Amino acid sequence: MIHLSNVSKVFGTGVAGLASINLDIDKGEFVFLVGKTGSGKTTLLKLLIREMLPTEGTITIGEWDIVSLPEKHIPLLRKKVGVVFQDLKLLMDRTIGENILLPLQVAGRDVQDAANRVDELLQEVGMIEHKEKFPVQLSGGELQRIAIARALALSPEILLADEPTGNLDEATAFDIVDLLSRINEHGTTIIMATHNMDIVKKLKQRVIGLESGKLIGDTKKSSKSQETSSKNEKEADQKGEKEDKKENKEDKNNSSESEKKEKK
Amino acid sequence: MHWSTMWNHIRRSPYQALAAILIMMLTFLAVSVFTILVAGSNGVISYFESKPQVTAFFKDEATQDQITTLENSLKASGSVSSMKFVSKNDALKIYREQNKNDPLLLELVTADVLPASLEISATNITDLSSISTYLQKDQSVQEVVYQKDVVAALTTWTNAVKIIGVLLIALLSIVSIFIMSIIVGLKISHKKDEIEIMQLIGATKWYISNPFVLEGIFYGVVGAFFGWFVSSAVLLATTPLLETFLKGIPVLPAPWWFYVGMLLGELVLAVILGIFSSLLAVMRYIK
Repeated sequence: MIHLSNVSKVFGTGVAGLASINLDIDKGEFVFLVGKTGSGKTTLLKLLIREMLPTEGTITIGEWDIVSLPEKHIPLLRKKVGVVFQDLKLLMDRTIGENILLPLQVAGRDVQDAANRVDELLQEVGMIEHKEKFPVQLSGGELQRIAIARALALSPEILLADEPTGNLDEATAFDIVDLLSRINEHGTTIIMATHNMDIVKKLKQRVIGLESGKLIGDTKKSSKSQETSSKNEKEADQKGEKEDKKENKEDKNNSSESEKKEKK
Repeated sequence: MHWSTMWNHIRRSPYQALAAILIMMLTFLAVSVFTILVAGSNGVISYFESKPQVTAFFKDEATQDQITTLENSLKASGSVSSMKFVSKNDALKIYREQNKNDPLLLELVTADVLPASLEISATNITDLSSISTYLQKDQSVQEVVYQKDVVAALTTWTNAVKIIGVLLIALLSIVSIFIMSIIVGLKISHKKDEIEIMQLIGATKWYISNPFVLEGIFYGVVGAFFGWFVSSAVLLATTPLLETFLKGIPVLPAPWWFYVGMLLGELVLAVILGIFSSLLAVMRYIK
């Protein structure tokens, strides 16, 4: 579904954000992007919504060629890919309900349908009672839920979450991840950038590691290679056993013949 | 949706909105004043054009044949819109009517003293001079009188008013466009974060820009309406005074369709100015 081929990003300052990234993410996967601050996680997510262009390489999401996507189609792409931004990007002068309504208005949804969808989303993230409140009246965890609800408003096939547990206590962080897992169970592909290794270990999902813009690990590839190597080992073992048996047989034959000669 | 967003923009920065409306009102007040002045001047010129502008007084010995020949040649020239022959007896009647309150003057004058004349109106005011020259060359004509100074002065003044009006309106329109685009630009800058968020969640450029364009149109239309209202109210209030000043020149009171036409014309201009100024800001600030 998402394919990155030899993607590099060098910023105007000359700093390399990403270097020769090759990556495939299938539909319905839950992927953790892990790495230290400045490792390129956010850059990768920004490239996926054409917030910036790569210096080289190709990016495809489904049938969309992101790099050569015409300017006028970018809004369509962004309606298909929901994003939970690191700084949430909620409008402080609008109520929670109005914030979630925004993508629906932008997409030109019918007023009544949009209002119903807002209620549905607020129920889903457990925040219906806060609908008329303003962002400033909610806690960090609650705001994260609102940001997730807004990202899900147009039922995107892909949800990008940039450090959604960044400033949260452990319990709230796990609540958020549980919510994302439930969303993933409904078929939404989720790419979550994080540096919280406790969450990564608990969920046991695919993990892609980045360091200084380079791909340093991908559990999907390593599990595949592990599977391949164990299969090879098994085959080798089986082959070895057969050869041992053959050798043993030959040994037996040789020893009986020498015994016969000695008897003679 | 766009209307409610536009209304929110205006409601949240009322002083900027007021400044935009006032500058538009000032522009359209100038547009209205010069429209009234030019229309009034044209009315006055038309009035003078409809009056006999050249009078040729015939010699006593001029024959009817000579007068008829002159009339025919003037008609054939195409520069004359109307002609009226005033005989010696007609001239006496006019003289008596004009001096009916002075019996002494009436006693002294008879039809023989007064010359017959030909009163001529030109199709175009610029032909007056050539008509006058033509008449002076005719042997049957004693003297030619025409309102050269009045009409020439009026034409000069009207042209000056037109030029000054067009220049002032153009200048005020440019100032309005820049001030409006600065005000709309300020509003866009103020909403930079909101615009960025909207772009990131898939809003098209025009979805974001439309409320700002509507805002520009709103300022233009409201400013134009108030400019028209003030100028029309002043014109209506001063109509009796101006009628006395113009002494029977029938340009006032202005007909209702003049006010309606002026309002419609100004509203069209306001929409154009509003769209242009807000688009200028949108293209500059929303990438």
